[in-house]
Amino acid sequence: MTTTATPEPSPVIGPGYNYGSITDKISLIVLTGNTPLSWFAGFAVSFAMLQLLQLAVVWTLLFGVGTWGINIPVGWGFAIVNFVWWIGIGHAGTLISAILLLFRQQWRTSINRFAEAMTLFAVSCAGLFPLIHMGRPWFGYWLFPIPNTMGIWPQFRSPLVWDVFAVSTYATVSLLFWYVGLIPDLGTLRDRARHRLTKIAYAMLALGWRGSARHWHRYETAYLLLAGLATPLVISVHSVVSFDFAAGIIPGWHTTIFPPYFVAGAIYSGFAMVLTLMIPLRWLYRLEDFITTRHLRYMANVMLATGLIVGYGYVMEAFTVWYSGNPYESYMLLNRLTGPYAPAYWALLLCNLVIPQLLWSDRVKACVPLLFGISLVVNVGMWLERFIIVITSLHRDFLPSSWGMYSPTWVDWGLYIGTLGLFLTLLFLFIRVLPMISIFEMRTLVPTAPAPAPAPQPTPAAGD
Amino acid sequence: MATLHGVMAEFDAPETLVHAADQAYRAGYRNLDAYSPFPIEGLSEAIGFHTNRLPLLVLGGGLCGAFVGFGLQYWVSVINYPINVGGKPLNSWPAFIPVTFEVTILLAAITAVLGMLALNGLPMPYHPVFNAPRFALATRDRFFLCIEASDPLFDRSTTREFLKGLGAKEVVDVDD
Repeated sequence: MTTTATPEPSPVIGPGYNYGSITDKISLIVLTGNTPLSWFAGFAVSFAMLQLLQLAVVWTLLFGVGTWGINIPVGWGFAIVNFVWWIGIGHAGTLISAILLLFRQQWRTSINRFAEAMTLFAVSCAGLFPLIHMGRPWFGYWLFPIPNTMGIWPQFRSPLVWDVFAVSTYATVSLLFWYVGLIPDLGTLRDRARHRLTKIAYAMLALGWRGSARHWHRYETAYLLLAGLATPLVISVHSVVSFDFAAGIIPGWHTTIFPPYFVAGAIYSGFAMVLTLMIPLRWLYRLEDFITTRHLRYMANVMLATGLIVGYGYVMEAFTVWYSGNPYESYMLLNRLTGPYAPAYWALLLCNLVIPQLLWSDRVKACVPLLFGISLVVNVGMWLERFIIVITSLHRDFLPSSWGMYSPTWVDWGLYIGTLGLFLTLLFLFIRVLPMISIFEMRTLVPTAPAPAPAPQPTPAAGD
Repeated sequence: MATLHGVMAEFDAPETLVHAADQAYRAGYRNLDAYSPFPIEGLSEAIGFHTNRLPLLVLGGGLCGAFVGFGLQYWVSVINYPINVGGKPLNSWPAFIPVTFEVTILLAAITAVLGMLALNGLPMPYHPVFNAPRFALATRDRFFLCIEASDPLFDRSTTREFLKGLGAKEVVDVDD
């Protein structure tokens, strides 16, 4: 079993915490005057990467998408690869906050706030790509059904228009869900802040929350309803993203397995990203009592399960190719296995199918650095998967005379690395100014049987 | 000096608060509210709060969304700008379902959030209960019950004594 002295029914919260010490520990991360040096270091690196994004975006706007590697036949390059990758990462946040809430999985409590923030920032990164991929992004509003001078409308039969609705709804609902979850904690920060300006800022954001029983009642109803609404929404979003491909007739895209396979892949990559971010954070901020090895183990289990579904998707893709007897589909598979992009395909199988099988072992799941490594590998693997889907299908389709190759330029790489910078910059700001763990939900995890006795204080709480 | 809003009792455990709220309601107090750092099961029922119109509002929002979403696509594709695409019917409703679904979710979610805030009367930056000296702990680890002066049974001294008898740590007057 695990080597870290946590037996199987390990709690979702370390021992010795009461309502007050939980509140202090989480809120002090935000309200402290001493920002850890590691925060500054991480923020500086992320902010530098963000500058690369600015440069690449300005370059694209000035000189057009011709500065990218895209050309016919490969008109969808890194932009769509990154779009799908980022959107997929966001899905874990909604899964953790909504679906696990409906299933009453208590362990979600200490990771949901952070995962929701991750969703929001990942969707922001994703949204950037279709916009600048348009070539003339200043006409981006044509995507929305707004009457314009030409009197024409978006084509509602096209999955690309569905995508606009799905992604913008997803971004809005994720933001609402996240903010509603924050309101009571903003009230806590308002009441605990010492500096006047800080107090006013949190007071404005908390909307005057006072924890009234009537308010809690409606609040819980609203939260549950939002979870119920977000659950089908998250499934629909990546299904619609997969329709962008599946509704096309390109070999390798035109398949019915895409929606479930995309949704599973999204959750797979999202949980990998949560682990990638959570493992260093819990170590830096000493949050091992709140994000226990049990949380890591559960997340690894979800990763393993969704990874197997994705693996099933790969097998079914190959089976359908063989079973259909379609020569173009057969060539698509052959090209993936042996063509010019074969190394990426084999690397993808290694990253997504082979290495994650280590997670069957409890000893691997208990080894935090190894888990971190596997989560990075899965992130890379899922990016490669989207690369393979987009590039190999497009670069050699029906007519050999129209075949071509795709290679990204520095602008493509700049945009990709730049969005990583945007994502990390936003995350660093988030953990600095907002509680990264839901305080009020953590309070409900305090064992109620020995109600916090008035006289004896437990072991001195961290920081206060 | 300002008028009295009510008297507020402080408790140190959720069970005592629920018990006190229940007793106060049974004693006939109706204008009362309980404050806690996290949702407590049974507390809102204890102070006699049963009707919750939010789910109905959200259903309305969702239905509106479905209607608006489908209506928009129907109106655009059939009435305002009919265009024959590959012989597909103008009202090709199966293709309109994804957008209809997304707009349904969008409006339902917005209704859930705005409805919750509106029914709760938020945002409300000022409220008399914030005047209670230790009320800042209501968002940390303390539990409060406030019986308001507007209650017909309210009497400053008897209500104070009543709350003290329920195991309150401290009872204070809250000014408006």
